[in-house]
Amino acid sequence: MTEGHLQTYVPLLIHMLVAMGLAGALLLASRWVGPRRPSRAKLQAYECGIPPLGDAREPFAVKFYLVAIAFILFDAETMFLFPWAYAFRDLGWFGFGAIGIFILFLAAGDIYLWKKGVFDWNR
Amino acid sequence: MLPAATDYYRLLPEILAAVFGTIVMLLEPFLRREHKAALSWLGMLGAAAALGAAVLVRSDAGPAFFHLIQADPFTFFLRLLIYATALLVMLAARAYLDRENLPHGEFYALVLLGSVGMGVMAAAAELVTVFIGLEISSLSTYILASYRREALRANESALKYFLLGSFATAFFLFGVALVYGATGTARLEQVAEGVASVLLLKLGLALVFIGLAFKVASAPFHVWTPDVYEGAPAPVTALLSTAPKAAAFAVLLRIAGTVLPATLLWFWVLWGSAALTMFVGNLAALVQSNVKRMLAYSSIAHAGYILVALAAGTEAAYAAALYYLAAYALMKLGAFTLVAHLAGRGERRLTLEDYAGLARREPVVAATLSLYLLSLLGLPLTAGFLGKFYVFVAGLRAELLGLVVLAAVNTLLGAYYYLRVILYMYFREPDPTYEHAAREPVPAGTGLVLAATAAGTLLLGIFPGHLMRIAELAAASFR
Repeated sequence: MTEGHLQTYVPLLIHMLVAMGLAGALLLASRWVGPRRPSRAKLQAYECGIPPLGDAREPFAVKFYLVAIAFILFDAETMFLFPWAYAFRDLGWFGFGAIGIFILFLAAGDIYLWKKGVFDWNR
Repeated sequence: MLPAATDYYRLLPEILAAVFGTIVMLLEPFLRREHKAALSWLGMLGAAAALGAAVLVRSDAGPAFFHLIQADPFTFFLRLLIYATALLVMLAARAYLDRENLPHGEFYALVLLGSVGMGVMAAAAELVTVFIGLEISSLSTYILASYRREALRANESALKYFLLGSFATAFFLFGVALVYGATGTARLEQVAEGVASVLLLKLGLALVFIGLAFKVASAPFHVWTPDVYEGAPAPVTALLSTAPKAAAFAVLLRIAGTVLPATLLWFWVLWGSAALTMFVGNLAALVQSNVKRMLAYSSIAHAGYILVALAAGTEAAYAAALYYLAAYALMKLGAFTLVAHLAGRGERRLTLEDYAGLARREPVVAATLSLYLLSLLGLPLTAGFLGKFYVFVAGLRAELLGLVVLAAVNTLLGAYYYLRVILYMYFREPDPTYEHAAREPVPAGTGLVLAATAAGTLLLGIFPGHLMRIAELAAASFR
């Protein structure tokens, strides 16, 4: 890798600038040039849209967030399980022990959540 | 190639703290409500075990886990600092959690798990490992900052801390990626060797510095500090202003000490940041009427003094910085613990007016707080004085006359707001209409922490030799 390595990215940069500039210019042009005569029918949702019901910013019950966090816990678990499974033969018993400890720690978190009633959906 | 037993041995303090933290978390839901406070013993046992392990590992210095971890005298010094802080915070927190009716178990678990991250930061010899430690410590402290869920201020504090903290972590991680791109390694010892692109390396190191500057709350990356320190529960503020800051300074010191390009590149950055941080912290502290917020600005100012030592960049300066960190941790822990006690239920009594006439009502408490404040100011016979003295001398030896003069000017600025609190306590009568809180005795745990930090502040101020020798040994590990 040399100092000139970065220069290979210059075309990409130019491409990006041109793309963004073109998109921006077209949007601005249509805003200036195009006539706008909104009417009731035009502003309605059409095709697959449905008329909006209420405000999108309503408070959610906290339990949804807790489940989301629990999901991340197990998401991270799989993230580490896959590479371990891939290198299972090479890592042998050491890898097995290491992943076992990792899962034990996760299980501790799981037990904590369970006892705290996070999975009790009717609460 | 598998890790050997010595690898685990050299990481033993962090392993123990993690295991104890997890056990505390696991036991919490199984205990009955009235027994949960007993978890503080288990939490403190965990911190004590980590401290013991740190002392044990001291005799067996060396790298571990393929040079990701470095257990050397430097790591030893910071492990002592971090786990001792965690221990004292847990000791003082029990009475506070009882008073505020907050859950016990999670607090001790989070303090322990957070200190694992800080310990990893202190021991890491490779940037990705630093990042993992940073994340472990940050995630725990974000939750701790929001521990008073019902209080609006605490929520504001936690949200700001989380958003800005994640932002800083992203800066740090991007910096690490660039450093790796420029050199093909993230191991600090090797970074200087195979530099392929100087520009990328400089950019990466600059981003790494920004990320860490956020964590140590140095200007111009300090804006989150006053709000977060004010809103967080006072024992958490005591933790936030000491241990994570020490861990982030540890990373800065290790990078400055081992990566030569960083040492050269960072000089003016450190110089400017030190000067700016001192002035911003001290000037803003002058106008505060809330004591907790005033102490938050004061801790920004103190980060500036430590940055002076980093700018000096000699071995003696690094030793001075470490000494300063220890002295600073003692007085800040003590001061915030006392503020937590005096604030009363719901942390309502935090203004200067609340401290008026305190010396008559509670002479011992007032005298102890005065000791911390005088030490923060840097009066002789206190730890704070010698910390400043060592830093200034190291700065002068490194021919940083300008910066040391600025630091001295700032010390004078600081005198105003530290002495003002003492003035209120001793010479100001409270407003006759002022409603006093029912006098609460100092709880045993809080009293112990106060006694320990006050004794430490005095001892380090009068007999600095022993700690200074450990600090010098620690600073010599970069050679």
